[in-house]
Amino acid sequence: MCLAVPMKIEALEGNKGVASFAGGQYDIRLDMIREPRIGEYVMVHAGMALDKLDEQEAQETLALLREIDELSRGIQE
Amino acid sequence: MNYQEEFRNKKLAQGLIQRIVGLTRDLEPVKLMEVCGSHTMAICRYGIVQLLPENVQLLSGPGCPVCVTPGDYLDKAVALAKLPDVIVTTFGDMFKVPGSTSSLEKEKADGAAVEVVFSPVDSVTIARDNSDKRVVFLGIGFETTIPAVSVAIKEARDQGLGNYFVLCGHKTMPPALKALAEGGTRVNSFICPGHVSTIIGTRPYEFLARDYGIGCVITGFEPLDVLQGIYMLLVQIAHGRPAVENQYTRLVKAEGNKAGQALIREVFDAADVAWRGLGVIPGSGLRIREEFAAFDAERNIDFTPEPTVEKEGCICGELLQGIKTPQECPLFGIHCTPVGPVGPCMVSSEGCCAAAYKYMERPLGKKD
Amino acid sequence: MERKISLAHGSGGKLARDLIEEVLLPRLHNETLERLADAADLHLNGSRVLFTTDSFVVKPIEFPGGDIGKLAVCGTINDLAVSGGRPLWISCGLIIEEGFSLECLERIVESLARAAADGGVSVVCGDTKVVERGGADGLFINTAGIGIPIDDFTPGNIQPGDKVLVSGTIGDHEAAVFRAREDLGRKMDLDSDCAPLGGLVATMIPAAPSIRVMRDPTRGGLGAVLNELIERTGRSISIEEDAIPIKREVLGICDLVGFDPLYLASEGRLVCIAPAGEAQTLLAAMRAHPLGADAALIGEVTADPHERVYLRTPFGGSRIVSMPTGVQLPRIC
Repeated sequence: MCLAVPMKIEALEGNKGVASFAGGQYDIRLDMIREPRIGEYVMVHAGMALDKLDEQEAQETLALLREIDELSRGIQE
Repeated sequence: MNYQEEFRNKKLAQGLIQRIVGLTRDLEPVKLMEVCGSHTMAICRYGIVQLLPENVQLLSGPGCPVCVTPGDYLDKAVALAKLPDVIVTTFGDMFKVPGSTSSLEKEKADGAAVEVVFSPVDSVTIARDNSDKRVVFLGIGFETTIPAVSVAIKEARDQGLGNYFVLCGHKTMPPALKALAEGGTRVNSFICPGHVSTIIGTRPYEFLARDYGIGCVITGFEPLDVLQGIYMLLVQIAHGRPAVENQYTRLVKAEGNKAGQALIREVFDAADVAWRGLGVIPGSGLRIREEFAAFDAERNIDFTPEPTVEKEGCICGELLQGIKTPQECPLFGIHCTPVGPVGPCMVSSEGCCAAAYKYMERPLGKKD
Repeated sequence: MERKISLAHGSGGKLARDLIEEVLLPRLHNETLERLADAADLHLNGSRVLFTTDSFVVKPIEFPGGDIGKLAVCGTINDLAVSGGRPLWISCGLIIEEGFSLECLERIVESLARAAADGGVSVVCGDTKVVERGGADGLFINTAGIGIPIDDFTPGNIQPGDKVLVSGTIGDHEAAVFRAREDLGRKMDLDSDCAPLGGLVATMIPAAPSIRVMRDPTRGGLGAVLNELIERTGRSISIEEDAIPIKREVLGICDLVGFDPLYLASEGRLVCIAPAGEAQTLLAAMRAHPLGADAALIGEVTADPHERVYLRTPFGGSRIVSMPTGVQLPRIC
């Protein structure tokens, strides 16, 4: 129940914005976003930005997954 | 950072799968339930069931808003569509869902004005552009979607529209999870919906681990997210330590999205509502608040839906609670198919039966 | 209760097949029609002739990369081409709604003429009707086409181990038209893939003399076509998700509205099954042609008798690709 895609904010206009995703530009609502900034990424569902995506957290998740991958190779050997 | 590609990394997926296989080797069979239609879809789309060891069973719970919408809501929508001056606007998800004798698709074939919209605010634009018509938006969906409907209703108010209404069928997740837990569900853990949780945070799930020993991991929707969420649940089970954890940290915060929560509270009150197959769950639904009563379809439009008839033999309720699987339903694939569905679990494109039928094996000898 | 036709009956999936099999075939029965091939293979005074027809009702009438005129010509050319034919002559019937813009009609007809020239065919007969306002959605076009066979395909002969190829990125047409019709988003570099395939097919045939069958994945897309190709063959098909060429923009639209790209129509692509031994030569020949630059080998025929299409995901899992059951609708879940 949660079809949503990550979009990059390209322009701001009050509680609305234009964001880009996969080669397209879309009008989105930013009513739930605190201090949106151009260049930031938001997760968009039914035309509404749910929240900002945190790049630092994303990197940390990926780092953890890389560790798990190393561990799994260790197990195989 | 490409938020989609990075979390579709094949190598890292393999690593997770290896760890999952290793972890479950000595485990008793476990049942993990996802409660989000998008998770049902993701699991099918990426073929995750085949990747997991046999003692990890994935079940679908009441996470598909279409599937848990009771038949009388559909009958109301159909009755509204039959009114000549009403335009029914809806997400595409509801368009083909059968009510007792009809559906929005059938009504449209008969000449009713039914329009599919992408966002609730689009339905307000339709109301503005059709001042001689009454425009009703079918408000279904959980906390991910509800703030957008709040925004739509507020927009209609700010634009002074007197012809915009919402037929409120919204539901909220935590009370349903509580009902499942109290009903003595046999699942070990919940894969919790990442986007609902973006709005409500992680705290509403804490009672499940604390009071019922049911582990919860708030999980995203890319392949790595789903695999990592499952992995984290298995680690909890292996150590006998049910807890609430957040896999989707790049988006979900413990306190959730305050602005979104405020939008929901501003326009809606909690209400006791019926979930298809689960009965009435206290406080699990929403009702439009008095301040916005002018936008409530039920309070402002005179319409008479036909009496709701439940389909015989349909065990969607048991499926939604994870008691049975689609393959265990005697109607599945034979009398109940995507083209001729009996119950909502088959008609919704991300219902567990539709997903099982479309993506996985089904009764052989039966042609599509 | 009176049964009614719904839009799903026209969408190329199961209900469309039911309509053909339950309403049309029992009344129009003849051996040729019952083959339900893209083009009828007929004998005329000792020669063989291919004959086909198609109708076009696309909305919007003009879209990025084409319009209903170009579509009407390419659609019929392509039905002949994938039947192993050289398309020669096209008929053109226009049903125009009262009030339709004459300038727009001129643009459409020019586009139609250009497509015919590009496709190497002549429009040799036609008809025009005007209906009252509301009687047709702007403009409908029917085209019929005649061609001569340049190769004999043997769809019944598909063998385990045969390779499945596609001539380019899938779903561009329907994604572009959907975007235009729904006015989705502000701007995107996505054109319909509408194109005449006669030339491409003509280069493929000498490269792979034993091609089993070709189809163009129009309504219902790749998913529908692959299921159709294995019907009544006692074979199955297995394809690799990673191998299927799809544009990022098309995937993006699918992610946004919940579409499965496997069911999106193309109007300038073909799917082909060829023996394994000829597959690489065939692929090279396709890639050498401008309309086959993104051609790819996406899977193979297997001996599994259940007549299913299996998709292997990039993660090693697999799922079935079912016959689509109707129009895809945008969803939020």
